[in-house]
Amino acid sequence: MSTVTIGSKADINAMVEPDRVHKRCYTDQAIFDAEIERIFERTWIYVGHESQVKNVGDYYTTLIGRQPVIMVRAKDGKVNVVYNRCPHRGAMLCADHSGNTGTTFKCPYHAWRFNLDGTLLKIPVIEGYQGTRFDTSDPQFHMKKVARVDSYRGFVFASLVPDVPDLVTFLGGAKIAFDDMCNRAPDGEVEVVPNCFRVIQKSNWKIFLENQLDAVHPSITHEAAGRAAFEVEKDIEKRTGKKAHLQYHMLSAFTMPFHKFDAMDNVGHANGHLVFRGYMDLRRADPEMVEYLKIMHAKHGEKRTEEILSVDIHHVIGYPCLSVQPPLQQLRAIRPIGPDRTLSEIWHFRLKGAPEGMYRRALAYYQLVNSPSTTINADDLENWWRCQQGLFSSGGDWVSFHRNAGQDRVQANGTIVSVTGMSELPMRHMMGAWKDYMVKGAAQ
Amino acid sequence: MSGVRASEKSGSATQFAEEFDGAPAKPSGKPLPPMAQVSGDLQREVERFLYRQAEILDDRRWDDYVALFTESGHYWMPVTETQTTGDGVPSIFYEDVDLMRLRAKRVMHPRAWSQKPGHRTSHVVSNVIVESVDAAGNLVVRSKFYMSEFRRDAVRHFAGKYRHELKKTAGGYRIELQRVDLVNGDGTWDYVIQTWV
Ligand code: FES
Ligand SMILES: [Fe+2]
Repeated sequence: MSTVTIGSKADINAMVEPDRVHKRCYTDQAIFDAEIERIFERTWIYVGHESQVKNVGDYYTTLIGRQPVIMVRAKDGKVNVVYNRCPHRGAMLCADHSGNTGTTFKCPYHAWRFNLDGTLLKIPVIEGYQGTRFDTSDPQFHMKKVARVDSYRGFVFASLVPDVPDLVTFLGGAKIAFDDMCNRAPDGEVEVVPNCFRVIQKSNWKIFLENQLDAVHPSITHEAAGRAAFEVEKDIEKRTGKKAHLQYHMLSAFTMPFHKFDAMDNVGHANGHLVFRGYMDLRRADPEMVEYLKIMHAKHGEKRTEEILSVDIHHVIGYPCLSVQPPLQQLRAIRPIGPDRTLSEIWHFRLKGAPEGMYRRALAYYQLVNSPSTTINADDLENWWRCQQGLFSSGGDWVSFHRNAGQDRVQANGTIVSVTGMSELPMRHMMGAWKDYMVKGAAQ
Repeated sequence: MSGVRASEKSGSATQFAEEFDGAPAKPSGKPLPPMAQVSGDLQREVERFLYRQAEILDDRRWDDYVALFTESGHYWMPVTETQTTGDGVPSIFYEDVDLMRLRAKRVMHPRAWSQKPGHRTSHVVSNVIVESVDAAGNLVVRSKFYMSEFRRDAVRHFAGKYRHELKKTAGGYRIELQRVDLVNGDGTWDYVIQTWV
């Protein structure tokens, strides 16, 4: 009998087949630890948006893999990302989710002071270090910077290791998430609305990503919310003789018949990224759209406006940590905490230069779908928890991704397109990227 | 080499900190929230209304709860106490009665999966203070609540304050605005809330 080391190349290869994956990918603590080391701490991870840290000293704290980090606006205007750890005895420098730290970081324990790029500025009673190996120019006495920081159209990413491709190359096909959102803004950029909803998912991080582009589930998981919205939508239309606000349609659309989901498609890009095309009708006759179109035409001309609005994307996965819905101006970043625990950071954005009515659409989606009072994610979270519980059991070893397996079409440019919007291509595609990361990491 | 001892020149922790940050700003005085002098009868009437509302919620009578609101009424749960409006800024809830009807219909639908099992609650409402009474008898009332929620083997606790704007009608008080400030509104959420608190 041969024994296979957990997380070794042979182990990983045996867990991921073209149309099914082993449940251990979702339940095993050792596999989870390997994922953090080989994926999250070894690639570009979304940190936040530049507009979260507008002024000098503004900071935002989050996790890259297991590493607590601070994104901060420095005096030179640059956005830095540093480890949230004092080089003296380890205390966290910023203990809140966000705030302003002034022109320095200050340690609450022994008062060491640091510049906003993490370099050591001053220590009280420094005499005590005379004649020791302590040296103010030694990097071990400075807050550590992450290896790489870069941003794309205001969205800041960081990597803990230096040997990654540049950000734009890494993003590749997922770049369109940010291009599409920003291009829809008359001024060509977006601004974060400074509120982050944080919701814990009691399930594996991959279950969340797989759910995002699963077009079979909406009308089933969300039947109750979709039907409820549909009934109220019809009531309002009967009562007022006018179309109900788009927010009702946003919810009632979850229960469209299957053939409408079938008509969309999924495109898999390098590095596990995915783009889900089709779905969102922005209803051009609505008053806020009429006003918005007028502004866009004045700014960009009719032809360019049409080009921008014809990018019909509902959802983009920036593997391994992002779910972005550009036309709805929503972004969810996930931070894996354990095999069965995932933190989601949920944001929405304002299109700069767009009328208030367009923001109200994004706000409605943010509150109705993504907030802690959600009538939509309540049922998703329930299902993800149920999946996680079932996968912990010995009732079966495999997770099935057989729907339309073997029918994915590879394009000349290397992307892979599904035959139907309901294909399980997204799951197969992400697990392909997972296997690449995990096997590569096993060799290192 | 012998160690160097701290001299008086080394100063104090406060001096070290204030060299960078300056002296801390003086806290600005804020007036106490207003409180109206009302009769014992009015006080009791308001309390009865709030107890009734808590009972309706705990009994899961969602349609009856929506019926407590005026047609222009709103249920609002801001993220932070500093928010002054729910209109056009992110909140946890900001629902007019149409959105409230939607929420009620969802939880009552036979395939609302997260209601299998559903949740049960117990509200306690207290510290009732009438803030103001206008000429028509409309009231603004502040109170505190504590709610325990049970769902699938787990109990969660919610606490916070209510602020009700109540309209006096022939059929009794109706809610024009119910503001709910949870003490942990801007915290991390362990699962979500499916109905009104
Ligand atoms: S731990 Fe930060 S100064 Fe000592
Ligand atoms: Fe869903």
